[in-house]
Amino acid sequence: MPHSPLLASLGRHKLTVLLMVMQVALTCAIVCNVAAILGHRITQLSLPSGVAEDELVMLESISVDASTDPLVRHDTDLAALRQLPGVRSAAAVDALPFNSNNWSNGISLVPKGDARLTATAFNGTPGELATLGLRLAAGRDFLPEEYLPLGAAQDWTGINKVPSTIVTSALAQQLFPGQDPLGKVIYPGDGPVRIVGVVDHLLRPTLDETAGNEYATVFPMLPDDGRVTYVMRTAPQDRERVLQQAMARLAQLDSNRVLRRPQTFAQLREDYFRRDRTMISLLLAAAFGLLLVTAAGIAGLASFWVQQRRRSIGIRRAVGATRHDILRYVQAENFLIVSGGVLLGAALAYALNVMLMQRYALQRLPAFYVPLGAAALWLLGQLAVLGPARRAAAVPPVVATRSG
Amino acid sequence: MLGYYASIAASSFRKNKALATLMVLVIGLGIGASMTMITVFHVLSGDPLPGRSEHLFVPVIDPRPLDRSPSAGTPSMDGNFTWPDALNLLHAARADHQAAMAGGAVPVRPMQGAGLPFYETGRYTTADFFAMFGTPFLSGGGWTAEDDAQRARVVVLGHALSRKLFGEGPAVGRTVRFKDVDFRVIGVLDDWQPQPQFYAQMDSRAFGRSDQFFLPLQTALDLKLDFVGRLSCWGDSGDGRTSDQCSWLQFWVQLDNPAKVAAYRAFITGYWREQQSHGRLPRPVDARLYGLMDWLAYQHAIPDDLRLQLSLSVGFLLVCMLNVMGLLLATFLRRGGEISVRRALGARRRDIFLQLGVESSVIGLTGGLLGVLVALFGLWSVRQRPDGYAQLAHMDPGMLLATFALALITGALAGLLPAWRACRIAPALQLKTQ
Repeated sequence: MPHSPLLASLGRHKLTVLLMVMQVALTCAIVCNVAAILGHRITQLSLPSGVAEDELVMLESISVDASTDPLVRHDTDLAALRQLPGVRSAAAVDALPFNSNNWSNGISLVPKGDARLTATAFNGTPGELATLGLRLAAGRDFLPEEYLPLGAAQDWTGINKVPSTIVTSALAQQLFPGQDPLGKVIYPGDGPVRIVGVVDHLLRPTLDETAGNEYATVFPMLPDDGRVTYVMRTAPQDRERVLQQAMARLAQLDSNRVLRRPQTFAQLREDYFRRDRTMISLLLAAAFGLLLVTAAGIAGLASFWVQQRRRSIGIRRAVGATRHDILRYVQAENFLIVSGGVLLGAALAYALNVMLMQRYALQRLPAFYVPLGAAALWLLGQLAVLGPARRAAAVPPVVATRSG
Repeated sequence: MLGYYASIAASSFRKNKALATLMVLVIGLGIGASMTMITVFHVLSGDPLPGRSEHLFVPVIDPRPLDRSPSAGTPSMDGNFTWPDALNLLHAARADHQAAMAGGAVPVRPMQGAGLPFYETGRYTTADFFAMFGTPFLSGGGWTAEDDAQRARVVVLGHALSRKLFGEGPAVGRTVRFKDVDFRVIGVLDDWQPQPQFYAQMDSRAFGRSDQFFLPLQTALDLKLDFVGRLSCWGDSGDGRTSDQCSWLQFWVQLDNPAKVAAYRAFITGYWREQQSHGRLPRPVDARLYGLMDWLAYQHAIPDDLRLQLSLSVGFLLVCMLNVMGLLLATFLRRGGEISVRRALGARRRDIFLQLGVESSVIGLTGGLLGVLVALFGLWSVRQRPDGYAQLAHMDPGMLLATFALALITGALAGLLPAWRACRIAPALQLKTQ
């Protein structure tokens, strides 16, 4: 297919072609960035929390009566909860992935040193690991003698005395790259804390855009606040029933307290990501809308040009061009326009990304999104032009003999 | 003449029904999407406290130490105060009004003794809060600085909580039990829900939240009631809330004229220097004073996701405009023959320009009508979101007019270039080739 007449013909519609190229470029730039944001959000949405998500239910208890010892009350409550049919294990905890109760400490590797990073402290009663379903990749669970009260009433001084911790492998990697973290010492508070175990995953209570979403430390510290979350592990089909029974049982044990947010872990996760899901559907709608509008524009212009050029097409057919030639011609013309748009669009995509990175906490555009966007637009252009191209190919040579 | 042009436009659209429909659809979608987000923005960036906001300021003093390494993820400036600094500024009393505050949550015992206690959120603050923000009282009033100092067990209730506890009867003078402490009700507020809740720490719940009780900050500290909100600490300090190494309080001042604003700025700069001579506040002195609206902008009161959605919708409108521009240009050029005949019969360039301008405006306006429908649907879908701002997303008459204006401008702008190009068609050449 010789391209010179093609270029010459496009040259006669400079302004129209320019507008089309700009539209494709802008669409390409926006769609690439939208796709990158989408990819990132979907990745966050599907991050493994590390806990047995399908088997956990929880509820919050806030005591009103300050006179009873929280440690005693938690033990009583837990003993009652473990008695409920279907409850495999139960624990009192403060933080959970997605529950937004984030108590972070600066972690240093020397006493009184500068913090290397901050990590969330997860505290709970014995059996927390088993209840949450955390998987130990190395090391051991806490020993009964390691547990001590959190000291909420004394400004959480437990953190200065706690002897041991279990960390996530992400945190271990960051603190001790390439080394065995077991037995290493960290300083989340005043005193040394020995790493006795490593779990493969545990997400922090709130996620952010940084790499530290799994910087978590589990401590053998007993929540001794008036406010605590009871987590129970049960079979997936028993979750709703266990929750109801747990509410009733706890209210019966002590009615002078607030019981709230009874929910399954699945609900907790769903609530946490509700905004992200809205955003994902909006981004999808925007991307589809953009591509649709651009496709409609391409198709509209192409069919318009075909109408306008019926006579020229007829002449070309009359002097020997096959239907196939005409089809290829229209397709090649579209390919040329879209290519111009895609080239410009790739540059624009990066420019837009730099702008977005400055204004919002967005990450760099991963390189593969641009060729992906380009391929999508080429394909879209070819699909959009198929109808008009076939109509062009169907123009009979006899049209050449008619005037105007 | 315009009527004639409009009828030409109508007949030309009849000839190219599909294309005209496409253009109207595209403009309608673009206008609808962008007007949805512009309206949401317009509503959310409104003044939460009209008439008072220009006199309200947030002083910002950065109490953090120097040595905090950036890799530790230093949070951005949230403007929170430590207890000693807030107390010092309160006692200095250099502003017309000043108040320190923090969020709180307490278990409330129902009066009739039946049922479990319930959780309620409110604010722990100091005496000037009510006068400074001009909170409307249904009955009673706030407390005094004396009450603050004496850690009085008094409380101001929101209307909803008062009704929940006492029904429609009078609440002032009665007793309410928070946690295990009795408080005397000294005032009941009328519905007062500034949106966003500007005086609290800005977060994703700044919209749609309201406080149902207000009680003295020092009383809350004394009784160790539960606080809500960020508490950032550094160093190895002792007592958390009252330490000078933990920031968690919001501080607001009222300054009635520019001279006082300048004086207050000088005062807090001086305060910072003075504290440095005592070995505190090691960071370079950079005391700031933000006006209410500036503070909301600085703290990103409007969620970043919404900003992104706005940018996206404007980008979408831009693509739609380019699209319509291209299609209009193609239709206008197709009618080169007709145009050159008109030119040959004596029509001036600007007549042609006007005629084609009317055509594109008709497209723009029709698209705008569709756009209003799309925007109404868009706002409805925004209202279905679980976010606090969702319920505010309503179209008002001003925005309705703005929608049509935007549609008209979009249509005219989209038509400008094609019309300019088409009116440059030379009469003779076109007649010859046809």
